[in-house]
Amino acid sequence: MPETADPTRLRSDAGPAPLVEARQLTKRFGAFTAVDAVDFEIAPGESFGFLGPNGAGKTSTMRMISCMSPVTSGTLRVFGLDPETDGPAIRRRIGLVPQEDTLDLQLTVFDNLVVYGRYFDLPRHEIRDRAKQLLEFIQLAERAHERVEPLSGGMKRRLTIARALVSNPELLILDEPTTGLDPQARHLVWDRLYRLKQQGVTQVVTTHYMDEAEQLCDRLVIMDNARIVAEGPPHLLIDRYSTREVVELRFASGDYASAAGRLDGLASRHEVLPDRLLLYTDDGEALVEEVRRTGMAPDRTLVRRSSLEDVFLYLTGRSLVE
Amino acid sequence: MTTAFGVETPGMHVARGPQEPPSLRALRYWAYQYKRTWRGSITTSFLYPVLYLAALGVGLGSLVDNHAHHVDQVRYIVFLAPGLLASTAMQIGGNDATYPVMAAIKWMRTYYAQLASPLRLLDVLLGHMGWIAVRLLTVTVIYVAVMAAFGTVLSPWAILAIPAAVLTGLAFATPIAAYAATQETDTAFSTIYRMVLIPLFLFSGTFFPVSQLPQWLQYLAYATPLYHGVTLCRDLALGQLHPVLDVLHALYLAALAVLGLWAAQRTYRTRLVV
Ligand SMILES: Nc1ncnc2c1ncn2[C@@H]1O[C@H](COP(=O)(O)OP(=O)(O)OP(=O)(O)O)[C@@H](O)[C@H]1O
Ligand SMILES: [Mg+2]
Repeated sequence: MPETADPTRLRSDAGPAPLVEARQLTKRFGAFTAVDAVDFEIAPGESFGFLGPNGAGKTSTMRMISCMSPVTSGTLRVFGLDPETDGPAIRRRIGLVPQEDTLDLQLTVFDNLVVYGRYFDLPRHEIRDRAKQLLEFIQLAERAHERVEPLSGGMKRRLTIARALVSNPELLILDEPTTGLDPQARHLVWDRLYRLKQQGVTQVVTTHYMDEAEQLCDRLVIMDNARIVAEGPPHLLIDRYSTREVVELRFASGDYASAAGRLDGLASRHEVLPDRLLLYTDDGEALVEEVRRTGMAPDRTLVRRSSLEDVFLYLTGRSLVE
Repeated sequence: MTTAFGVETPGMHVARGPQEPPSLRALRYWAYQYKRTWRGSITTSFLYPVLYLAALGVGLGSLVDNHAHHVDQVRYIVFLAPGLLASTAMQIGGNDATYPVMAAIKWMRTYYAQLASPLRLLDVLLGHMGWIAVRLLTVTVIYVAVMAAFGTVLSPWAILAIPAAVLTGLAFATPIAAYAATQETDTAFSTIYRMVLIPLFLFSGTFFPVSQLPQWLQYLAYATPLYHGVTLCRDLALGQLHPVLDVLHALYLAALAVLGLWAAQRTYRTRLVV
């Protein structure tokens, strides 16, 4: 395992020209740096993720890619074009699902799609056809002629996703697409995004759910404090920065620091969290046996596979979801 | 390629629509929103002038005409009506440039939805201000029709009172929109109404000639945009043209509308493009 948290290139270099390319991309708000000299490339057809905690700079990055927020410094190319000079042409080819919905609450579900399609100067009949198909696609067809305001949060979110697809985008930017959705709605969204991916729609997704990142992303970057701390396909990141398995121990005493001291050397690495102790190992069951032999009696023991959460913990020393 | 749910290959389009100017596409949104409320809105547009002209023009007017032997050589209702026309335009311009602007920035975030599309900031701004112009046009056309029904239109020039009133409304709408875009909450809007629009309504020559005011207030009145709107509309409705002055009135209003647009373009950018 590498000693430093430097971003490590895990993607093969050959391939088509990137759809999105950022070099030393930086965003400042006054003196505050929200995105600090990040580099990344997104290939056509790829599902690319930005995983990180609140305030990491994910939305700021998405807003620059979608040409809604000017780049402070560094270079950004989307479809090979410069957002500063070709904003409208780039946005023409992008579908944006912003973190905060921008639906018109007074208009009907259907009219929201129609109005949005008009912004893209699509012919009216084409918008209507697509709107009908998209409402089927995201299972909102029965609500087509109802006002948006009384819809549930999850329905509004799905409508926002449908709206982003009205213009038939080549690049879909999804800023926390499933935050606030129930598990069923999340799986519906994941399934639809997967189908879109199979049709060749490039996707950029931000999330702080590691399961979502693992589900949706071919490749992702982990962002923390305005910087990218790691990059790669989810399973390779886990291989690289974590062990195969993790043993989670909970003690009634709650004194995890001293427990960690007593178990020192058993695992290849450990992390002390406020409510549990994590031991990293390639063989969880064997480690549990060894813990028992020391005479310690954890209240609860759980053996699981390593996840991106562990990668994040390793790279930043903090948990992703507080 | 058509897929299970009928979406074509990304980026491909069956046909291109007729190319519509981007600001007109932004304006369409506002027209869609209006679909919900147009009946009530049109009814109000009729009722408002009917009520004002009946109460103040006919009711109060009979008193005024008996005692003052007409204002500016015409019956009071004839004097009053074009002033009310310009004042109404001012109020609509002011109203439509406050709460709807705040809604489009904060409450509904419509501007952000538009800015995520190929529309540019200027398209978004022109779309909204263009819609306000359309609204002003419908209201003033109805107003002038009601004025005619009350017999207060004395000249064919009155038809030009319609664009004059629209211009008056825009001279308020664009600077107020520029200001609204700098606000975090809507609390300042009622202050604009109370401290600016209502005093102008009362003292800019709508109800009585500005010459009735003390000298220093007269100068103040001359400086206000509503005075120019009222005077221009009145000259046109009465057919008492003062060509040079009337052109200056129009230029003053146009300059204010353009200046407001320029300022709004700046405040919108500061607010929305961060
Ligand atoms: N318009 C702005 N003005 C000032 N600071 C801003 C602005 N937008 C974002 N920031 C700051 O930049 C930092 C990064 O914000 P950003 O929204 O990009 O984070 P994020 O990773 O999307 O977080 P979250 O998961 O909460 O959505 C935050 O500290 C935020 O307060
Ligand atoms: Mg965010």
